[in-house]
Amino acid sequence: MTTSTKTSTTQTADAIHTAPVPMTPLQEFWHYFSSNKGAVAGLVVIVIICFMAMFANVVAPHSPSDQYRDALLLPPAWLEGGNWSFVLGTDDVGRDILSRLIYGSRLSIAVGLVAVSASLIMGILLGLIAGYFKGMIDTAIMRIVDIMLAMPSLLLAIAIVAILGPSIVNAALAISIVSLPHYVRLTRAATMAEMSRDYVTSSKVIGAGPLRLMFVCILPNCLAPLIVQATLGFSSAILDMAALGFLGLGAQPPTPEWGSMLADALQFVQRAWWVVTFPGLMILITVLAFNLMGDGLRDALDPKLKQ
Amino acid sequence: MFQFIFRRLSLVIPTFIGITLLTFTLIRLIPGDPIEVMAGERGVSAERHAELSAQLGFDQPLYVQYFNYVSGVLQGDLGNSLITREPVMSEFLTLFPATIELATCAAIFAIFIGLPAGIFAAVKRGTIVDHSVMTFSLTGYSMPIFWWALLLMLVFSVNLGWTPVSGRIDVVYWIDDVTGFMLIDSLLSGEEGAFGSAVSHLILPSIVLGTIPMAVIARMTRSSMLEVLSEDYIRTARAKGIAPWRVIVIHALRNALIPVITVIGLQVGILLSGAILTETVFAWPGIGKWLIESIGRRDYPVVQGGILIVACIIIVVNLLVDITYGIVNPRIRHSR
Repeated sequence: MTTSTKTSTTQTADAIHTAPVPMTPLQEFWHYFSSNKGAVAGLVVIVIICFMAMFANVVAPHSPSDQYRDALLLPPAWLEGGNWSFVLGTDDVGRDILSRLIYGSRLSIAVGLVAVSASLIMGILLGLIAGYFKGMIDTAIMRIVDIMLAMPSLLLAIAIVAILGPSIVNAALAISIVSLPHYVRLTRAATMAEMSRDYVTSSKVIGAGPLRLMFVCILPNCLAPLIVQATLGFSSAILDMAALGFLGLGAQPPTPEWGSMLADALQFVQRAWWVVTFPGLMILITVLAFNLMGDGLRDALDPKLKQ
Repeated sequence: MFQFIFRRLSLVIPTFIGITLLTFTLIRLIPGDPIEVMAGERGVSAERHAELSAQLGFDQPLYVQYFNYVSGVLQGDLGNSLITREPVMSEFLTLFPATIELATCAAIFAIFIGLPAGIFAAVKRGTIVDHSVMTFSLTGYSMPIFWWALLLMLVFSVNLGWTPVSGRIDVVYWIDDVTGFMLIDSLLSGEEGAFGSAVSHLILPSIVLGTIPMAVIARMTRSSMLEVLSEDYIRTARAKGIAPWRVIVIHALRNALIPVITVIGLQVGILLSGAILTETVFAWPGIGKWLIESIGRRDYPVVQGGILIVACIIIVVNLLVDITYGIVNPRIRHSR
């Protein structure tokens, strides 16, 4: 008797298990995201680059600043005259290019993280305030945002660095200021859309204060477009950082930053193509990976595009 | 219509004030005393300092200084370069044609490649053509153009020797500055080979500068074409037996172009800031190179003036794009 009850319970349990389980939001997201092959490829590249950045001191075969005086402008290993201890060759003072690239990824990812999170936090704050309070505050914030949008981001970043003086910290600051307007606009638009929803009204009726309404009720529902923008912002942060470095306004030599590595190598273009080729390739691959992932995230997170 | 233009114009004024405030503050945010910065390493005596301060108006209250600055700007007076002592405006005017020439050629390149590529990808949706166009355009969009410039230079100038490495024309030609546009001036000069030399100097910089706009235009054209191609009237046109190319070019493209035109207009900002990088790599004597060199020489009036002019150009172009868009598309004109 008891055994039969047991089996029937397990049977019902089995029946429940075999019924299609509704996907959790995370599974649903992954389902849409993984159907985009480019996005997955981008994610893989980003994971590899982040891994390189985190464990640069373990992965890199040499120190980024060690100068091997007997190995100046050595070509990549697979070419004639190459040496397998310097896989991608060496630069004009005998530093290993591969190691410099690996340490450079640390810098690019760090700058991207700092710039994106700084502008994300500021942008969310300003956008929430503008969208929540409307009126004069909104007009004032949006006018400033419009002015910033009227300037091309690189020009504005150059202007800011010209004032503050060239350094990697100032460049990161400039990049985060430059990308601020996009986050403000996105947050404001999303906040305004959410403000008219019933759940916000009911929270208000229950007695939730403005801070609670803004950060606990509204903000979580505005995150999807912000996540997409942050991913794309990462790619433009890395690109702008490299451009500033190339113009001599970002990281200063001998810092192994991809853009400034390119600038240093300019005079050797004719003699040593590898000094110029690899840093740029790293920039391109990284930026491309973030753009691919951003596109995939947009498809996966935007319900309008899902259908 | 006038109301629409007026509304757009009234939005420009606060933006202009904001930009002048920005460039005005720029020179005052530089750490240290502006006069000592201008004097450089030599330094100035106390009397000379007071004299210069009065001459440049630094002894007056800030709002008076700002007012004087803006009234100067409105009269085209942007101050003098610290290095050459020339007015910033006249330096700008001599260099600007070079940048316009480059930007125009880049825009032509971007439109002539980007537009057909986008149309082609949309028509052949889901095929290998579509995928490769989209891959190329995403790559172009992610391109660090200063590296792209070096790469092209390495292949076409250094290895193949097809194009010159830098500058606007070979040094053997001495071209009178008539219009400032090398293509026109070299034709006017009548010197044999001068025009060809000017063209060959323009090819690589134009490709480099046009790469990102090309990618943006191709993407935009594709998505806009896809939208239009799924409309009922296209199906009707096809059902009537109109030739496929005619449906695409005459029926679909005309409507698909409206958002593309806006995007093309918005590329001006990208072209001008991209010109900074492109001109630096190719030693192209335009405003981008001028700005970067001025930053390096700490020639602040030039930096201040140059940024102001470039920003104003972009504002004006965006305004024109807005107005054109309003003319083309009545729905925009009447919405608020």
